[in-house]
Amino acid sequence: MSLARAPLSTSLRIRAVRHDGPVGVRLMEMGLIEGAIVQVLGRAPLGDPLRVRLGTCELSLRGSEAELVDIVRE
Amino acid sequence: MSDPSPQTTVHRTARDAELARGATRTVALIGNPNTGKTSLFNALTGFSRHVANYPGVTVEVASGRIRGCDAPIELLDLPGTYSLAARSPDEQIVADAVWGRLAARPRPDALLVIVDACNLQRNLYLLSQALELELPVVVAVNMIDLAAARGLRIDFELLAQRLGVPAIPVVAVHPATIMPLVVALQRATAAAPTHPQPPIDARLAEACRGLALGDRTLRPAEALRVLADRDGQERARYLASGGSMAALDAARERLFAAGIDPAVAEVRGRYAWVDRVLNGVVTQPARPILTWSDRLDHVLTHKVWGPVVLFGVLFVLFQAIFPWAKPLMEQIEAGFDLLGRAAGAWLPEGALRSLVVDGVIAGVAGVLVFLPQIMILFAFIAVLEDCGYMTRAAHLMDRVMRGIGLSGRALIPLLSSFACAVPAIMGARVIADRRERFLTIMIAPFMSCSARLPVYVLMIAAFVPERGVLGGWVGLQGLVMLAMYLVGVVVAIPVAWLLKRTVLAGPASGFVLELPSYKVPGLRAMWQRMYFAARSFIIRAGSVILVVNLVVWALAYFPRDARVAERLSQQAAAEGWGEAQLESALAGAWLRESYLGRAGHAIEPVLAPLGWDWRIGVGVIASFPAREVIVATLGTVFNLGAGEDETSEPLRDALSAARWPDGRPLFTLPVALSIMVFFALCAQCASTLAVIARETGSWGWAALSFFSMTTIAYFAAWGVSAGASAAGL
Repeated sequence: MSLARAPLSTSLRIRAVRHDGPVGVRLMEMGLIEGAIVQVLGRAPLGDPLRVRLGTCELSLRGSEAELVDIVRE
Repeated sequence: MSDPSPQTTVHRTARDAELARGATRTVALIGNPNTGKTSLFNALTGFSRHVANYPGVTVEVASGRIRGCDAPIELLDLPGTYSLAARSPDEQIVADAVWGRLAARPRPDALLVIVDACNLQRNLYLLSQALELELPVVVAVNMIDLAAARGLRIDFELLAQRLGVPAIPVVAVHPATIMPLVVALQRATAAAPTHPQPPIDARLAEACRGLALGDRTLRPAEALRVLADRDGQERARYLASGGSMAALDAARERLFAAGIDPAVAEVRGRYAWVDRVLNGVVTQPARPILTWSDRLDHVLTHKVWGPVVLFGVLFVLFQAIFPWAKPLMEQIEAGFDLLGRAAGAWLPEGALRSLVVDGVIAGVAGVLVFLPQIMILFAFIAVLEDCGYMTRAAHLMDRVMRGIGLSGRALIPLLSSFACAVPAIMGARVIADRRERFLTIMIAPFMSCSARLPVYVLMIAAFVPERGVLGGWVGLQGLVMLAMYLVGVVVAIPVAWLLKRTVLAGPASGFVLELPSYKVPGLRAMWQRMYFAARSFIIRAGSVILVVNLVVWALAYFPRDARVAERLSQQAAAEGWGEAQLESALAGAWLRESYLGRAGHAIEPVLAPLGWDWRIGVGVIASFPAREVIVATLGTVFNLGAGEDETSEPLRDALSAARWPDGRPLFTLPVALSIMVFFALCAQCASTLAVIARETGSWGWAALSFFSMTTIAYFAAWGVSAGASAAGL
């Protein structure tokens, strides 16, 4: 399942990040790597971008970027 | 601590000799965005920085002397970055600085890496890159108070031991906590680096060494940047400095054949190292503690309440600027008025007096009067940015901004463009994507900056009736003012749409934005931002605008044909004019016959469809270099002598009294509206064009901005004039 379609407030484990483009590598540099635990905290008014908790920090991610992140429920 | 590896001691001998002679040592301060870097810089240097900074907090490379140490150490404040693999111009500055590639700056002697105690994992990623730079490193672990509030326990001794470099806990906003850091920096700058390098993937490391071996100028950590390059910049730099394309391609091919993507292997290797370093160093609470910042975010990023609060904040901002600035503006005006009178009384009548009073004093006053507004706007921006709200605003607005090819990141530069497009365009450097950055730069000048305000104030006060609409709750004058601010925004949308589909076409860029914890904004930092905004504005007023004013003055003053005066005094004697009437008629005649007056006459046919005469044309021509010149120019043109400000009664009356040769009033409501719309949209600012050229690296973009804005302004003014006349206004 992709992070873009993940349920809110659920603990999720990152399984893989598509890194064939520069955006994927930047996501990984920001800490969205295999094995990291994330949680979707909410969405901006028009449903996008997503507010994602990663460890102790919060990120704002667009749906198109969250698509690159493959997750499983913890 | 381990022994230094052999490569850490090379490349330093020349600099060592310099330092032995007592040269000032340089320390570069790097860190992720939102780690309190500027606060730490201020705490270490005591708020002394040498370069003006603009929105984005640290866009320019500022430097300051560290206080409280024996040997002089200069601290370099660099923009925030998540990685030394640069993607935006801001990040490129950091990469260039740490490698000593910044022009006129030697390579730093040591690095100060600031990390956020709450987010050690991600922050140590940049640190792992910094540890490879063959420079001594000191780590400042900032915001330990916030980490404690989140229930995080950090073993600093163990951390320092594992890193092999000093790791010093600080609270940058409390300068008392930084003394140990100063001691560590002094020690670090006096010695060669001794820390071990974080191991990365063995085959990748081998490829880096291999590439570096074949090229004497390339260090292994630089070779990694070239191998892991995604956008071709590092590769181009490597080839330009004489690197072998064959060696690079062969090394990359070997890695990919072994299933190793260098960029991905680098990230995985570094995070594996980070996990090993932090294991046992950070103890998390059993259950995450919800801080007040988290609770606040539930409201401020809420689907409904978030936008409501955002618009509330913007409303208060724009409502507050004008009334708060007014008393200060009146003081400045009164001060310059006194100065002008004193100079006028002291200087003999003639060209010199006119130059000093009408050219210099009135010109500078006309510009400095906007200083209070600019400072208030920058104070607002500083507070909103410092407390962490700006990133929430960017998060909330991203989807809307995407409709015109921008992202939430462009919100901050575009908002600050309402004060002045120059810092806004420089602030666009935080946007990594080139197309998006250029698009932001191109539409920023459409936002109504404070220099347009005098035109609006003058025209509205003189020609828009002072009455209420919508049941008397809303003032018509205020409504027209709001409409003028909206005109730029409304026109910018199709312009952005068009640019995005033509010259700036391309795929959408990424948008990963960190939402830092909220914090109480620092008053001193706010004062600092206001001070630098004010200083750069005053410098601008004192240089570009002053020169423009002098040129305009000269064009409006010369050639001063004596026959004009002769003719008028004969007429005055014949018709029994008073002295005041003669003087006024003379001033008008001088201007009509001046070079500027002739230029105004020359373009009158072009202006006729707008309902403008040559005198308005003179004002428009004179204000192309800097639009705030218009008020003073109109004052001169309408026979009052220069030095009028926009609320002065006589200028308003003179405009109302101005007539066409056939007796019709010149300034009707349609004409006033079309002048305002023209000024709202026209590219009348030499500084903005110069900064566009500098930031885009080409005068082509500045030319495109100038011609497109001026064309749009002309036709919009025409449309408004015609439309308002047809509506019977």
